[in-house]
Amino acid sequence: MTHDLIVIGGGPAGMAAAVAAGALGLNVALLDEQHRPGGQIYRNVGIADSSVKTLLGADYAAGASLLAQFARARVDYRPGTQVWDVDPARNVTVLCDNRAECLSAPHLLIATGALERPSPVPGWTLPGVMNAGAAQIALKSGPCVPEGKIVLAGTGPLLLLVACQLLAAGADVTALVETAPRGNGISALRRLPRALTAPAPLIEGVRMLAKLRMSRVRWYRHATNLKVEGDTRVSALCFDAGGAHREAADMVLLHHGVVPNTQLTRLLRLEHRWDDAQVAWRPVRDEWGASSRPGVWIAGDGAGIDGARAAQASGTLAALAIAHAGGPLGEAERDRQSKPWWRILARERAVRPYLEALFRPPKWIGVPTDETMVCRCEEVTAGEIREMARMGCAGPNQAKFFSRCGMGPCQGRLCGLTVTQILADAHHTSPQTVGAYHIRAPIKPVALHALASLCATPLEHASDREFSE
Amino acid sequence: MNSMFRPLLSDQPPLFVYMTIEGRPIRARSGENLALTLLQAGFSHTRLTPVSASPRAPLCLMGACFECLVEVDGRPNTQACMLEVREGMSVRLQNGARRAESGDDA
Repeated sequence: MTHDLIVIGGGPAGMAAAVAAGALGLNVALLDEQHRPGGQIYRNVGIADSSVKTLLGADYAAGASLLAQFARARVDYRPGTQVWDVDPARNVTVLCDNRAECLSAPHLLIATGALERPSPVPGWTLPGVMNAGAAQIALKSGPCVPEGKIVLAGTGPLLLLVACQLLAAGADVTALVETAPRGNGISALRRLPRALTAPAPLIEGVRMLAKLRMSRVRWYRHATNLKVEGDTRVSALCFDAGGAHREAADMVLLHHGVVPNTQLTRLLRLEHRWDDAQVAWRPVRDEWGASSRPGVWIAGDGAGIDGARAAQASGTLAALAIAHAGGPLGEAERDRQSKPWWRILARERAVRPYLEALFRPPKWIGVPTDETMVCRCEEVTAGEIREMARMGCAGPNQAKFFSRCGMGPCQGRLCGLTVTQILADAHHTSPQTVGAYHIRAPIKPVALHALASLCATPLEHASDREFSE
Repeated sequence: MNSMFRPLLSDQPPLFVYMTIEGRPIRARSGENLALTLLQAGFSHTRLTPVSASPRAPLCLMGACFECLVEVDGRPNTQACMLEVREGMSVRLQNGARRAESGDDA
């Protein structure tokens, strides 16, 4: 064993866990594929210009205090480190500077956060189509903004936030095309009373809406039949919203919410449940973060979308539970130290059911039209997946076998959710029954010479490698 | 070529590094994300797909979509969005599939 605890991911959950576990005397490693701490949400907050911080807003700048704690923490911090395999004995194989290395610990905390839900619509593979979150990443790490006319389309708080941030940065946002169906507002209303018990995010939301109303952005609601037009590059977004519309665009930014990144939790064959409210998979875990496999813990948005502040709390709580399970922290002390974090978690979660209902993605984004490309890597359409279903493929792994869907370099990160939903819809069953892709190592591309560098560091407990499939 | 992105002015004058993309000399801000350098330098696609030779450009900028695969200093299948630019870096776009024997199908 090289450490007491290995944390994977340097966002709010991972940083908070490393800070807490380090303070309790654990020998902690934090592995992060980014070059600086912060995750996507607090990306580059430690080095960002004050003007960038201003336009990104207070929620972003707030990350600086956690970053400062992390900088002082007792942690073996390894930036620029890609994890490409984790086995059941918690051997973690990484790639750093094109060299492979193996670390191991009795406890492993997965804090790999969220991905944007894929938004498969006809034309979404054209250059000039990006995820809305990618435009925010460009603001945080360029900083730069899209040139020319920008059209944003989809649903979710992040879509509205990115629109406001791009406007503040002086970008030419011409249209906002919301796809949330009409029924969302009514189902959200029932969840409003609970959201009002911790109203800060709602107040922020009202401020964003006011800003957008005051801008000259053309605003469409309940849009359907999205289609991106263009030859070798985007030229327009077409859609129906009380009539057919065509918005000329140099860049189309798509967004339909964020979903847990389950690549590592799937690699480890942890138990997952389909969450119908979040329209996504969640790995099963207890209140402290313990997964279905002993010694493997999950914190932050990777366990279900609750936002950055909740991720910080859940990372801290997992660290306290690990320190308790690992010895140094007594139960009474664990419970005493965890109290304020439970309160934060409860406060942050109060608004989630309301947001999930209000911004619930339209059903058609999960079950796109036949001509829509679903697997961008291997260029497999929704129609071909439906054909797989007709031929008798019960689940994504069979469909992959026959169609190559999910076999490209992204390894199903961009098509997995869609394929599961198309097959569930075609077989008139639930996503839970249909299941998800088996994920296998290496989960990041590894050159053979990097693999060869492993010979110097033999695996511990290599014989424990047992997976039932 | 129309660039897809334009830089925002920073508080302090930026430091630059000098590199090449497809043999073209490029000046980039030090520490910049390579995928964003490509998008600011006027490259409208980062690769042509192995299946249909369709042009693709970065979708996610966070290491998930693999649309920004390029060849960096001779190393193919490198995610541009996961790299920061370095002085003297040489970048080539990936047009079509890679070959195992040389990593270069030029």
